[in-house]
Amino acid sequence: MKELIERALDAAERGGASYADVRVVERETEQLTVKNGALEAATSTVSAGFGVRVLVDGAWGFSSSREMHATEAERIGREALEIARASAIAHRVPVELDATPPVTDRYRTPYDEDPFAVSLDDKLRILMDADAAMASVAGVAIREGNLSSGRETKTFASNAGAWIEQEIVESGGGIDATAVNDSELQQRSYPNSFGGQMVTGGFEAVRALDLAGHAQETAELAVALLAAPQCPSGEMDLVLDATQVALQIHESCGHPTELDRVFGTEASFAGTSFLTTDKVGKLRYGSDLVHIDADATAPSGLGTFGYDDEGVPAQNVPLIEGGMLVGYLTSRETGPRIGRQSMGSARAWSWNHIPLIRMTNINLRPGDAGSLEDLIADTRDGIFMSINKSWSIDDRRLNFQFGDQAGWIIKNGRRTQLVKNPTYTGITPRFWGSLDAICSPSEWTLWGLPNCGKGEPMQIGHVGHGAAPARFRGVKVGVGRW
Amino acid sequence: MVVGREDLDELLDRALAHSRVDQTEALYLGQDSALTRFANNQIHQNVREHDANLQVRVVHGERVGVAATNRLDEDGIRTVVERAAAIAARSAPNPHAALLPEPDGRDHDPDLGYVAATAEAGAEIRAEGARAVIASGEAKGLETAGSFATSVMTVAVANSRGLRASHRSTRAALLTVMMDGFASGAASGYAQAGSGDVARIDAEAIGAEAARKGDDMRGASELDPGEYEVILEEYAVTGLLEYLSYIGFSGLAHEEGRSFMDLGTRVMGENVAIWDDGTNPSGLPSPIDFEGVARKRVDLIRDGVANAVVHDASTGARAGTGSTGHALPAPNLIGPMALNLFMGPGTTPRDELIAGVKRGVWVTRFHYINPVHPKKAILTGMTKDGTFLIEDGRLSRPLMNFRFTQSIPEAFSDVRAASRETKLVPGEFFGAATAPALHLGSFNFTGVTAAEGSA
Repeated sequence: MKELIERALDAAERGGASYADVRVVERETEQLTVKNGALEAATSTVSAGFGVRVLVDGAWGFSSSREMHATEAERIGREALEIARASAIAHRVPVELDATPPVTDRYRTPYDEDPFAVSLDDKLRILMDADAAMASVAGVAIREGNLSSGRETKTFASNAGAWIEQEIVESGGGIDATAVNDSELQQRSYPNSFGGQMVTGGFEAVRALDLAGHAQETAELAVALLAAPQCPSGEMDLVLDATQVALQIHESCGHPTELDRVFGTEASFAGTSFLTTDKVGKLRYGSDLVHIDADATAPSGLGTFGYDDEGVPAQNVPLIEGGMLVGYLTSRETGPRIGRQSMGSARAWSWNHIPLIRMTNINLRPGDAGSLEDLIADTRDGIFMSINKSWSIDDRRLNFQFGDQAGWIIKNGRRTQLVKNPTYTGITPRFWGSLDAICSPSEWTLWGLPNCGKGEPMQIGHVGHGAAPARFRGVKVGVGRW
Repeated sequence: MVVGREDLDELLDRALAHSRVDQTEALYLGQDSALTRFANNQIHQNVREHDANLQVRVVHGERVGVAATNRLDEDGIRTVVERAAAIAARSAPNPHAALLPEPDGRDHDPDLGYVAATAEAGAEIRAEGARAVIASGEAKGLETAGSFATSVMTVAVANSRGLRASHRSTRAALLTVMMDGFASGAASGYAQAGSGDVARIDAEAIGAEAARKGDDMRGASELDPGEYEVILEEYAVTGLLEYLSYIGFSGLAHEEGRSFMDLGTRVMGENVAIWDDGTNPSGLPSPIDFEGVARKRVDLIRDGVANAVVHDASTGARAGTGSTGHALPAPNLIGPMALNLFMGPGTTPRDELIAGVKRGVWVTRFHYINPVHPKKAILTGMTKDGTFLIEDGRLSRPLMNFRFTQSIPEAFSDVRAASRETKLVPGEFFGAATAPALHLGSFNFTGVTAAEGSA
C-alpha cells in the first residue's frame, strides 16, 4: 500500500499539483434480512480501491480505481491531473485550503464484540425470535427484521505529510411490522424506521436493542393503526418523539449548516441554504432552548470518527447557541472563506468519491422537561407523533413536511386516541422558534441515520443525531386531503 | 476500464466453475463514469471512477446466499463464491426462494444504446459544455450551477442453468439550475437533457432554456395555496412517474397489497397510458435485467386502467406470469422495478397547452418528492425553478414555490390535454422516463414558501 500511495502522490507532484491526497479504502458489509419467517437476504460485500485528489492551479481533479497496484496508482494520479487541467476551461477563483497541520495517527472505533465474529446462527436467532413474536399478532401482513454490520479501513495520505489510518466499525438493526387492508397500509418500526438504529460500535449495540422483546407491541400497533381514525387537521401543539426530532434536526439544521450548500456548490442537486453567512450571530434560528452541536467525538455516534477525509481531527463545534446561528459544518476549502479553520466534516462515501461536507453527529442538547410522559402531562391539548415515515423539504431547507407512523391525540395532559397518517408542516425558523420544552438527558438518544444522500454522483452518508422528545407550539398538522 | 465481451465470459465462467452448489448466478456490473460539476459560474468538481463488481448468488435448495466483491483476480473470484456458498449453507431456508431463470430463447442487442463517442468522451468535452451553459446564465445575470456526466455501464450475467446475457450502454446527461441569489422568491430556472450519445447534448440550448426561465422568474410573488388547474412540464411529469414506479409498479408491492395498482380497475383517466420498455431506443435502453432476462414491454396503465405490473423471476413465478425482465440485483428487497418509463402523448401542440387554462399554475419541475401514503399514491414535494400563474391562457406572473400533497392517480384522472411532443428525462435516482407536458384539471397545493421566515 505504501508504494501505491507514494507512486500516486509522486505522479501528482511531478505533474504540477500544488496539493495531492490519496485515500485507500476497503469497505466490508454484511446485511441480513428475515421476512415473514424466512431469510430473505444474506449478503456479504467487499469494495476496495483508492482515489487521488489533486489541486492544479487552484482547480480540483479526482480519479479513482479498484485496481490496487503501483502502476495503476501512477496512471490514476496522471488522470487526476488531466481532469484538473480541464477544469481550467471554466474556472475562475482558485481554491485555497486552510492551514490544518498534517498528522500521523491511527484511530479505531472502540467496541466490545466484533460484529463480523458473531456467527450467522446467533444473528439469525435474534431475527427469527423477533419474527416469531411479531407473528403471534393476528393481522400483520409483512414482518421484517434486519441486521447490518460494516467495517471500513482506510489510509489517508497527502503530499503535505499526513498519514492517517482508521478502522470504523458499525453495527445496527431493527424490525418493521406492516398491516394492510383494501385501502390502507400501516407500518410500525422498532426502534426506528429506515433500518432501525445504527451506531459506530460492536454487536453489543444490537443485543441491547432487544428486538424480540419489543416485537409484539410493534406488531400490535401496526394492526391498531389500520382501524385508527385519520389524523385531524388544524393548528395545534405538537410533541415529537426523539426519532422524529432527530430527523427534524437532520433536514432543517444539519443540511442548511453545510457550508458548501451555503456557498451554492450543491445547488444543482441537493440545493442551497437559507442560512447565508451574513446571518451568523444575527439570525434567531429558534427559541432560547435550542442548542445544537456538531460533535464527531460523541461515543457510538454514526457520525463519529478520528479524522475526516481531509485529515482534520474530529471536533465538537456549536452550530446553534441559545437559538442563534453561530457556526457551520466546514471543509478545508470552505472554512477559510468565513475566516475559520475546517472543523472536520469533509467525508467521502467510499474510495471512488471525493469528500463533501457531511454531517457528523448533529445533536440537540437535552432540556429539563423530564420524561416523555412528563412532557405529555404538561401539554393540555395537542398531538404526539412518533417515528418518521415521510419527509420532504425545499431546496433552501425552509419549507418542510413530515409524516409519522403513529399519532396520539393529547387531551388534558393525557395521551388518548390513536390516529393514523399524522403529518405536520412548517417553516424552519418559525418551527424551531415555537419549541418550548425538551425532555431531560435520560430521554436523550444518539440516533444513527444511514441513508443521507448528497452530491453528484450521489453519495450516501452515515450521520448521527442526538435528540430527546420535544414540544412545539401551534404547528400546522394533518396536511392534504384523505 | 471497459472490459471486452470475451473477457467477461471468461470471468463469469470462472466464477461458476468455483461453485459446488445446485444453482449459481454470476453478475458483473462494470462502471466507467465521469462527472464535471459547476456552480457559481465555474467548475468546482471534476471526477472519474473506474469500478467493476462481481456479485455471486447461490441457491442451495431453499437456501440462498449472496456475496459481492470488486476484486476480480482469481483469488477474489474464488473467495466471493466461497462466501456466497458459506452464507447459503448456514442460512435458514426460504420457501419463497425462486429458481434462477433459464434461457427463454429471446434475443437482445448487446450494444443497444452504446455510443462510442460517449464512452470516449474526455474531461474537455464536459468542461466545454459547462462553459457554454455558464455563458447563457451570465448573459442573463444569473449564477449557474449544474453537472455534465458521461458513463459506460456494463451488465453481464451467467448462471448454471445455461443463461448467458450481456449488455453495455452509454449515457450522457447535462442539467443546470440558474439562480439570482438564494433568498425566498429569488429567480431560478432549470433545464436538463439526457442521451446515449454525448453529441446529442446541446449545451447551448440547455443553457438558453434555463436562462430564459430564470429571467422570467424575476420578481416572484405569493399566491395562496389551494387547488388549481396546472400545466406540468415534462420534468415535473417524469418526476412523478419515477415515484409511481418506486411505490406502485412493482410486482412485489402489488403482491403485498402495498400498491395503488388494483389490476383491472380504472385508476386514472381513460386518456392515460403508461408503459415500460427497456428496448425502445428513443429512451435510455437497457434490454436485459440484472438476472439476465430480456426485458418485455409492459403496459402498466392502459386507457386509465391498471393493467399490469413488472416482475422478476421470483415475483413472476408467484404471480404465474413469469419474469418480465425487471429484476434488480439480488438480493432484492424492494422487488422488481420499471426503469424505462413512457407516458403516451396527446394531440395538442406543446405551445398550445396553456391556451386551455383560464386560471392555473405552470410548474416546471418538482423538488424532493416523497411518498406520504404509498397505497393511495399520495406524494408531497415542492415546485421549483419556474412556477408561474396562468391567467386567460398566458403566463401572467412568476410565483413563490408551492408545496403539494396530492394523490397522483387522482390528479391523472383529469388530464385535460397532453402535448403531442414528449421529452426524455433521466431519472433523479434511477432509470429514465419519456413523457409529454400535461394540463391537469386540479392539483392540490398545500403550502407556500413565502417571505423569509423568522422565529
